[in-house]
Amino acid sequence: MSVLAGKELRIVGFLCNWCSYGGADTAGVGRFTQPTDLRIVRVPCSGRINPLFIMKALVNGADGVLVSGCHPRDCHYAEGNYYARRRLEVLKGLLPVLGIDPRRFEYTWVSASEGQRWQHVVESFTGQIHALGPSRRLPAAPELEALLSRAM
Amino acid sequence: MSMQDELKSAVRAALADCDCVIGWGPGPEVLRRSPLFARQEADADLFRADFQAVNNPALFLPEYKGRKVGVVVKGCDARSVGQLVNEGLIRREEVHVIGFPCDGVIDVGKVAARLEGLCEPGEVTSLREEAGAVVLTHPGGELKLEKNDVRADKCGRCRFPNALDADLFIGAPMEPSTGEDPYDDLKALESRPYEERMAFWEREMSRCIRCYACRNACPLCVCRDQCVAVSRDPHWLTQSDGVRDKLFFQIIHASHLAGRCTGCGECERACPVGIPVLLLKRALSRRVEDLFAYRAGIDEGRPPLLTFSLDEPAIKERHW
Repeated sequence: MSVLAGKELRIVGFLCNWCSYGGADTAGVGRFTQPTDLRIVRVPCSGRINPLFIMKALVNGADGVLVSGCHPRDCHYAEGNYYARRRLEVLKGLLPVLGIDPRRFEYTWVSASEGQRWQHVVESFTGQIHALGPSRRLPAAPELEALLSRAM
Repeated sequence: MSMQDELKSAVRAALADCDCVIGWGPGPEVLRRSPLFARQEADADLFRADFQAVNNPALFLPEYKGRKVGVVVKGCDARSVGQLVNEGLIRREEVHVIGFPCDGVIDVGKVAARLEGLCEPGEVTSLREEAGAVVLTHPGGELKLEKNDVRADKCGRCRFPNALDADLFIGAPMEPSTGEDPYDDLKALESRPYEERMAFWEREMSRCIRCYACRNACPLCVCRDQCVAVSRDPHWLTQSDGVRDKLFFQIIHASHLAGRCTGCGECERACPVGIPVLLLKRALSRRVEDLFAYRAGIDEGRPPLLTFSLDEPAIKERHW
């Protein structure tokens, strides 16, 4: 099913390598069915996530962004997720002013063994984004848009 | 001795052990002062600290790190100095801070609007201050404007008109005009639905000419030539003229100032097309204050995004 068909939305996930990516893998190995709207970007640590990654995704047309890292006190690098927690929480304050529904962005903690929790997170977040519907896209470069529309 | 004379002698005295003293002096037009860098005693006579002391001289301090400089500051400029010191971008002992009581500063845009039909802003031949008002002389006569009508918006919510940490304070401290910041500007935007807010930014940012005056005027934008907005690797921004890139630059600026912005409003003042870019920074400042009880340039201690605590009492995480 293609994104363009409109039945699937674009959700970008930033997952830390050590816990959440492992958790997603566990969910896959366990054959837990999940919605397929989520595209996962693997990052070394949730502390690696520049809040601009999230903003770039949202401004460029992602319908939702999900961040997931190791549970507090479980970070592979001891403290990366503590910094991430502060940054992401502050970022949530910027979205409403820009006119982006803050429910389009969530962050959470999933460990490598929590396959079922991962399934639950993906299901509830995807449901939440589908309830909000596709996001309104800001026009990018007008000339590029014209080119793109001709190409399609 | 009048306050301006006191200022001049303070500058002269500071020059004895400072490489230079930064303040405000004559500008290209009567309505516009320029930042002034005094290196010799004769320059001291050009200094003014009054209703037209618009620019934030803290902007220049990081370049002088390693040398002793003097700086004349309003309340808001002093908060920028405080934040720069707090982040280690300048050393407190290398800065000689001269404070003065600030009665707000002029918004040249508002004056220009009042001069509509009379003359061009550049044709004003003199400006003098009277109690609570400024009197402009223009080719067709005189125009008296109440300060309250032509003051910059940021001054209306200023709680610290006097430098919080000055080595020397001249004049009698000014009473703040307000208590708490009501964030009326943000609340007005937030009372509208999300689509309208994005349409608002789309409309405002469509005027942006990407001159980066907002960045260059920001005293806390210290990356200078290393700014990610002009970097090709990583390549955050394209060269295209779409609203998306223009707005994304403001998102970069605001997020890099989260918990650091002191609200001096220089970004918005420097904007040649009048985009209210300070709003985004104020949204983040409010957020940081709510979460971490930290006000940049006022509260001491490590900026909240450069540290963490194991249990964050103010952060309410979502339970799935």
